[in-house]
Amino acid sequence: MGVLARADAEAITARLAEAPALPRHARLRGPETGLVMARGRQGGDGAPFNLGEMTVTRCSVRLADGLVGHAYVAGRDTRQAELAAVLDAALQDPSRRPALLSAVIEPLAAAQAARATREAAKAAATRVEFFTMATMR
Amino acid sequence: MAYVAVKGGERAIEAAHAWLAEERRGDPVLPELSLAQIEAQLGLAVDRVMAEGACHDRGLAALAIKQARGDLIEAAFLLRAYRTTLPRFGASLPVETDAMRIRRRISATYKELPGGQVLGPTFDYTHRLLDFALAAEGGVPEPAPEAPADEAPMPRVTALLAQEGLMAPELPSEAEPRDLTREPLNFPAERPLRLQALARGDEGFLLSLGYSTQRGYGNAHPFVGEIRMGAVTVEFEPPELGFPIELGEVTVTECQMVNQFAGSKTEPPQFTRGYGLVFGQGERKAMAMALVDRALRAEELGEPVEAPAQDQEFVLYHCDNVEATGFVEHLKLPHYVDFQSELEKIRLLRREADGE
Repeated sequence: MGVLARADAEAITARLAEAPALPRHARLRGPETGLVMARGRQGGDGAPFNLGEMTVTRCSVRLADGLVGHAYVAGRDTRQAELAAVLDAALQDPSRRPALLSAVIEPLAAAQAARATREAAKAAATRVEFFTMATMR
Repeated sequence: MAYVAVKGGERAIEAAHAWLAEERRGDPVLPELSLAQIEAQLGLAVDRVMAEGACHDRGLAALAIKQARGDLIEAAFLLRAYRTTLPRFGASLPVETDAMRIRRRISATYKELPGGQVLGPTFDYTHRLLDFALAAEGGVPEPAPEAPADEAPMPRVTALLAQEGLMAPELPSEAEPRDLTREPLNFPAERPLRLQALARGDEGFLLSLGYSTQRGYGNAHPFVGEIRMGAVTVEFEPPELGFPIELGEVTVTECQMVNQFAGSKTEPPQFTRGYGLVFGQGERKAMAMALVDRALRAEELGEPVEAPAQDQEFVLYHCDNVEATGFVEHLKLPHYVDFQSELEKIRLLRREADGE
């Protein structure tokens, strides 16, 4: 679900083109956009406080075979939330799960990991190497 | 009469709004700004509007900036107004900033600390000379260099001090914080409520107050223990699921100010912290917030409350720029009747003075 929350509808749709067709679904709720109050901790590790709200879109669906899926994703992308809910339901079906994992979830996760690695590499390039550290070793 | 006046006002307002729309668009010969451009190229303005609008949504903040013609307080106001139209699904689990995907992390207290000093995309060390190369459009900069990233953990500086017993620990708590958006501010305001007010407070106001504590109004001796900026995962537990799921990532900036504390009858001398956390890349705001947070802890730490930055009511009642704008700008509304009574009073007093 974390992977789908970080992927936009376009990316999910592109991956679904490579996967077996999803079953038909009925919307139980939404997709609808609302707010979640994001919290932090005082001092970083103390009591919780309210940092500020964020937009979140949620959707719940039922597949023709009765499986129910839920999704909550940051932002206002209703298509993303609906696709994530359908995938949440379909991934509970052991006969569909392996194909969906390999065609949709794993490639999306790999792309997200690659972006994170690239960013970490840029951050690493700005890491300070002090001269004193080099000479005193 | 009143009816006629209202109709006249309506026409004037319509014309004013039409002119505003024209001014907003500017010279139609020039290409129109897209929200994607604002989001990408005015990213720090977007971050500030999200922080002070107290609503994380980059696209909405970009729209607000466009609609407000770049007036960031007006944009924060628009975002605050919009959020009132949305239902609240609940509250997230507290974000864990020690698990942040770090883009920047610096400490002014330890040169060599585990995980190192990571400068990130900062204005620091630029010479603040206008770069006329940017005036000539069309340039795409060289890609930023990359280096192999090690997986070394980046422990909090406050945790390093706490290990030695030199930093007052935060007491573990899962207490439900009060929420300013749900109930009016009242005093005394406990620290979580104060932090919420500061996180959405005006950067300029907090900057000046933080500065005042450095200049002697509040007797602060702060060090930047640590500033870190990067993406944190936000988790939420939907009631229908009963376990937390990831909603996505948001970028935040965190500042831990380390302050001297001489000790009291019950506490040994040790360091105490001031804490700042804001949406987006907002280092100045996070630092100012941390300074003011520490100043507002004076009473709790048994220090004299003498300076403006230490005064809860003064700080919390005045740090919100949307509220402040409302009350300052309401002076523009018709006060004809109020003023008529003032006029008559002054005239009466003058007549009395002249008569004597």
